[in-house]
Amino acid sequence: MPTLLDFRRRIRSVKNTQQITRAMKFVAAARLRRAQEAALAARPYAKELARVLRSIMSRIDQPEHPLLAHRPEERILVIVLTGERGLAGAFNSNILRKANEFFRPNRGKKLSVIPVGKKGRDALKKAGFRFPAEYVNVLAQVNFGTARDIASVVTDLYAKEEADAVYIVFSEFKTVMTPNLVLEKLLPVEAMRADEESASEKDSAQVDYIYEQPKERLLDKLLPRYIETQILRAMLESSAAEHAARMTAMESATKNAGEVIEALTLHMNKVRQAAITKEIIEIVSGASSTA
Amino acid sequence: MLPESIELIIVTPERQFLRESVVEVVMPGAEGELGILPGHAPLMTELGIGELAYRGAGANPSGVLAIIQGFAEVLGDRVTVLAETAERAAEIDLARAEAAKARAEQRLATGDPNIDWDRAFIALQRAVIRIQVARKYRGAPVETR
Repeated sequence: MPTLLDFRRRIRSVKNTQQITRAMKFVAAARLRRAQEAALAARPYAKELARVLRSIMSRIDQPEHPLLAHRPEERILVIVLTGERGLAGAFNSNILRKANEFFRPNRGKKLSVIPVGKKGRDALKKAGFRFPAEYVNVLAQVNFGTARDIASVVTDLYAKEEADAVYIVFSEFKTVMTPNLVLEKLLPVEAMRADEESASEKDSAQVDYIYEQPKERLLDKLLPRYIETQILRAMLESSAAEHAARMTAMESATKNAGEVIEALTLHMNKVRQAAITKEIIEIVSGASSTA
Repeated sequence: MLPESIELIIVTPERQFLRESVVEVVMPGAEGELGILPGHAPLMTELGIGELAYRGAGANPSGVLAIIQGFAEVLGDRVTVLAETAERAAEIDLARAEAAKARAEQRLATGDPNIDWDRAFIALQRAVIRIQVARKYRGAPVETR
């Protein structure tokens, strides 16, 4: 039978844990706000770049570029974006599950993985993958430089025909409660059609541009940029999703700790009352026996 | 009817840098400087490393930026600049740019065939343009915002 002191100790320890989880929740919320702002701020560039790229591709009859070349998918490269740290609920394991779902049907092919984030790197290393490159400790402060590094490695491998297709797995930030796991094809870049353009773009699609450089050269410069922004976007989304996942995980942890404290307190009071009742009975029976 | 002003939009990968109504833009095209006035014919170009200057419409401020590579799309009443980096004179860390310049010069001076020549050269150009913009316009009326 645990004594009152045991209960007090347990309650104190749970309270400490609760304080930590609550603090982590607030930190995650603050970081989430910043990550969301960064993701939002990066959108105009990505949008404008995609628009310019579409407009150029629709004007070249037969766009030819190493990054547009379709090959039978024999060697597949997958970029897996996870978090650097745990305590974010099922965030990391969800992404890894999604990646594994993709690996399974493609087992016969040659798979290689570029992990981004420590958690994914550790898990995938254990699974026995070899990495052409790996990036850890880069997600705390997402910047364009990292995205560019990853993009240059990936485009290089693709251009040298060491990979026939490049995919990226990450968690997209939709709302705080619902993570959205996505698997996107980065390379080869799919031909973009004019009908994807919105109505306002249609007018500019009719415009006859003066091209200062040959269109092919512009395309050559635009495509790597496009890959870079795709990776940057994925990193920003993933970072926001990670903070959101951590926030919800820590919120429910705080709530659970509260419930444990309540149950323990109730139990402790019962034990205390039982002890008092027992003492009264002892005193009363003692008094009646001496009377 | 020609439009009287141009909407200048400058975006970098990390954020929308500027959106302003202007009457003139001079930008560093890859083939040389380009001056854009309202009603310019549609144009698409690659940008090099250099200064981008604009004159604000009406009471809007004018400004000079250091632009490093990117693309520009000109439509009659709109100029969209997709720059890798864009910095105002006041934002440039002069000491860092000087250090980068010295480093790049040193690397180029060694004549070592193993160095990435293009990269070192671009690094030098970047540093030079940053220093130039910072020197020229430091202390000059700083645009608001």
